[in-house]
Amino acid sequence: MPTKSLQARKNLLSNPQEQLKYLSNGIFGDGELPLFKDKIASGGTYTLRPKKLEILQLNLGYMCNQVCSHCHVDAGPDRKEIMTRETMQLCLEVIRKSGAHTLDLTGGAPEMNPDFRWFVEEASKAGIDDFIVRSNLTIIVANKKYYDLPDFFKKHNVHVVSSLPFYKREKTDRQRGSGVFDKSIEALKMLNAVGYGREGSGLKLDLVYNPAGAFLPANQQALERDFKKALKADFDIEFNELFCITNLPISRFLEYLIASENYEDYMNALVEAFNPAAVQNVMCTNTLSVSWDGWLYDCDFNQMLGLKVDSKVQHLKDFEAEILRDREICISQHCYGCTAGAGSSCQGSVTLYDGK
Amino acid sequence: MSKTYYDPADLKKFGSISEWDEELGSKFFEYYNSVFEEGALTAREKSLIALAVSHVVQCPYCIDAYTKDGLQRGIEKEEMMEAIHVGAAIKGGATLVHGVQMMNKYNKLSM
Repeated sequence: MPTKSLQARKNLLSNPQEQLKYLSNGIFGDGELPLFKDKIASGGTYTLRPKKLEILQLNLGYMCNQVCSHCHVDAGPDRKEIMTRETMQLCLEVIRKSGAHTLDLTGGAPEMNPDFRWFVEEASKAGIDDFIVRSNLTIIVANKKYYDLPDFFKKHNVHVVSSLPFYKREKTDRQRGSGVFDKSIEALKMLNAVGYGREGSGLKLDLVYNPAGAFLPANQQALERDFKKALKADFDIEFNELFCITNLPISRFLEYLIASENYEDYMNALVEAFNPAAVQNVMCTNTLSVSWDGWLYDCDFNQMLGLKVDSKVQHLKDFEAEILRDREICISQHCYGCTAGAGSSCQGSVTLYDGK
Repeated sequence: MSKTYYDPADLKKFGSISEWDEELGSKFFEYYNSVFEEGALTAREKSLIALAVSHVVQCPYCIDAYTKDGLQRGIEKEEMMEAIHVGAAIKGGATLVHGVQMMNKYNKLSM
């Protein structure tokens, strides 16, 4: 279990170029496995292009109170990249003119951004249908100043999406750190107490499951059933939906795959589970990801790999929806993570069936 | 040729058995896939049965496959180990129950 980011450890993989090299060499370089672009081309998709922009995902900074072993952001307490109020102002302008119906705040722990509350207050006035904050849960109980977050979320009708890798302590703590499970349960109870996840409250609380190891998630509905049953029986906790997210082979999860000698098998499993139906619904076709310093990316993963949108418009300050729409989405072998099985996105599976 | 009887990489090639007998291979895989669909038993329950049987028949490919399958389904290690004990109990019981046959034969042959 790492205690510092790859960046703080000066690990070679903290450099996105090194990660991209890794993803293009070895089993992909020698032709043992097909490149992602060739795989989608074999199904008739020669270029991946965006559809209408629906989701604007803003990364408020890479600082986090946790150092999860699978984190694709390489977030942690030692990361200092934080979105400024000036960049947030640009975001507000873009939210108003983009036409996106969903605003999705992520990080790091977005709540750790000193201007987080100001931004939520301003953004909630922009008339967004679905305003998501991705919370790691433990931040709510990390410090007294965060204890009122559930009330704050409620006040602004924020849709809370929280990570809980499993409904049992051992697997959660192994992935996210010792004590994380108990703190997460405490935070979930606080959210439930103000109405989140409770029937009829209108306050949405979704959980995110991602596998604690080198394997793919199974059927989302079946896991949701298990999560609901166990959390209700053990802790009287309720939530709305479970999103299954496949771990993508980048950043700290890539480090784990290589160190545990699971990389080749994992990539084989992703390629084998390739589902052509998922290609049509990958999230990069309806999402734009914005980094803490205002650059634009096809998705959060491309952001971490330093792959800016392939467009004349690459920064918030130049935002033009029409120009941006006329672009090709940047792809590499990590994209197999979003097309495996039922497909994976920040909103969970992208198809009902796993293509078998 | 490999110097060991089992190679983990061979598991991925399982489907190639159809190359030498398309009809029977296809029939087998169709049957196999049907067996593991949700039915009166859940896919989760079937996965645990498969894991237990994998141990009883001592198939290393099956053990790899159904340990991974169990992890994907959120099956916990305690459940996996209990399932294996069920298999072990039946296998041990199957050995021991033949003890009755031995006793019968012994008694018949003895004065």
